[in-house]
Amino acid sequence: MKKKNRKIKRLSVFPGFGLSLGFTMLYISLLVLLPLSMIFFYTSMMSWSEFWETIVEPRVVESYKLSFGASFIAACINAIFGVIIAWVLVRYQFPGKKLIDGLVDLPFALPTAVAGIALTTLYAENGWLGQFFSFKIAFTPIGITIALIFIGLPFVVRMVQPVLQNFETELEEASAILGANRLQTFLKVIFPELLPAIITGFALAFARALGEYGSVIFIAGNMPMKTEITPLIIMTKLEQYDYTGATSIAVVMLIMSFIILLFINGMQWWSNKKFMQ
Amino acid sequence: MKVTLTKFFSVAVSVIVILTGCNTKETNQDVTAGDKKKLEILNVSYDPTRELYEEFNQEFIKYWEKETGQKVAIQQSHGGSGKQARSVIDGLEADVVTLALAGDIDEIANTRDLLQKDWQSRLEHNSTPYTSTIVFLVRKGNPKNIQDWDDLTKENVSVITPNPKTSGGARWNYLAAWAYAKEKYHNDETKIKEFVSKIYKNVEVLDSGARGATTTFVERGLGDVLIAWENEAFLSINELGKEEFEIVVPTISILAEPPVAVVDKIAKKKGTAEVAEAYLKFLYSDTGQEIAAKNYYRPRDENILKKYTDQFPEIKLVTIDEDFGGWKKAQEKHFNDGGTFDDIYLPQK
Repeated sequence: MKKKNRKIKRLSVFPGFGLSLGFTMLYISLLVLLPLSMIFFYTSMMSWSEFWETIVEPRVVESYKLSFGASFIAACINAIFGVIIAWVLVRYQFPGKKLIDGLVDLPFALPTAVAGIALTTLYAENGWLGQFFSFKIAFTPIGITIALIFIGLPFVVRMVQPVLQNFETELEEASAILGANRLQTFLKVIFPELLPAIITGFALAFARALGEYGSVIFIAGNMPMKTEITPLIIMTKLEQYDYTGATSIAVVMLIMSFIILLFINGMQWWSNKKFMQ
Repeated sequence: MKVTLTKFFSVAVSVIVILTGCNTKETNQDVTAGDKKKLEILNVSYDPTRELYEEFNQEFIKYWEKETGQKVAIQQSHGGSGKQARSVIDGLEADVVTLALAGDIDEIANTRDLLQKDWQSRLEHNSTPYTSTIVFLVRKGNPKNIQDWDDLTKENVSVITPNPKTSGGARWNYLAAWAYAKEKYHNDETKIKEFVSKIYKNVEVLDSGARGATTTFVERGLGDVLIAWENEAFLSINELGKEEFEIVVPTISILAEPPVAVVDKIAKKKGTAEVAEAYLKFLYSDTGQEIAAKNYYRPRDENILKKYTDQFPEIKLVTIDEDFGGWKKAQEKHFNDGGTFDDIYLPQK
């Protein structure tokens, strides 16, 4: 035991490895693993058939489709427009640039309920923006997607920005000298460099949107089978003091997001391998 | 690096020690001085009673000091009724609970044994010092001419009500509609369900709470009629203007009984049993009843109710115990998963 310890210590360049690793493990266990294990613990109080019945109920299944669908679309839109915003912020100089740069983070700082109420006011049928559309936005899946775009925007911008900043312009110049047009330069030289960051930003925005409750609940309309998001179903279960039912749906969401994150990580690894050599 | 790290940890440890030390000291003081000087009770309530208890607490503090010479501080906590009950179950140390549904207090009694199961018989009138009912709020002039529950089933009428799955108030709304249909169709269950389901087909937005539904109706301008607590309807009119809305009283509604109870075990532990009991009893006094009426809750006291007849017109009111067999039964039949409310929204098999 002692020997082993010494070995690690000798290998490590930085002092305090034992202490900091111990702290890391304790911190992660207390704050991440323990709460997560409670979810599985509550769920384990159900029998398999009960669990299955709860998670495949038609209303719940509809809500998965909505939650995952809207989160996916919102993350995709954020991936596209997040890159454009990052591009503008890094590549161009214009007055008020610092201000816009700061505004990007605002969705992080704003309490989500406030965001939800503000968005609903804007997009309701008699709202400032809502009145100009011939179709309904608030209280439909479109409204939900807008709320999710709002809360997920900073992720992509903040992931892509530093990569663009560190990007060597010589590469672009080289590509231009070799005869590539602007589109080719973007697609073959710049985009592959950005792709891992875009994918990470996408994954973060997607994960954040899946669990979002506060802002969505106001704009959703909460109609069962139509605009009911999964977190709301979890809340309704809690309202019936059905802790096990609530946690079993949470487990499903957790596992699905885990699979998706795993898949996204795989894609990142693949894109690294394909483009980085 | 190493020095700063150890320094950091020693500072952190001493901070923690000091903090915990302070804490225990303070609680000790609280216990010893509890009976005499610093009396403090926590009233865990639901959303729309905020104004009511703010006024009531002032009066009670005066009353208690006059009676016993003790100064008492009252903390209020407000939120959704079910959420508040869950907080108490999970360890929020409430001396008294004043919630929207008896079912929520039942749940505290059943899961944590914090008070006796027969708590509701301990105070007069089912432990509900004030009542309310469900009425309609419509836009000024009543453009869709809504007079009764039947009008809510018409095709061109848009209804706003919160989701009974997440809101206690919404459950009263649902049951009130059910009670009307029950009378109309003489207990024919399929027809009642059809009627209620027609109303809910007209619902455009199911907000998660009663306040949210009020906002949707009043500020977003959605819907022709809001099904609401009577006190909530009065509040919206008072705050947003008599020129914009009016209240329509249906022929039949439900007697909503928001109950109150002392959480015995916690009050005993904190040494506040006596004052907590007196606090709730004071709700039944003339002063308490008067404050309830002023805040648009129907007082139990007949004489005081008479004083406010303009405000509270007579309606035929059914009760949850007689018509629905108590909260437990109503909850199971209508609102739990697989209940009648789910039937309305699930695709027909």
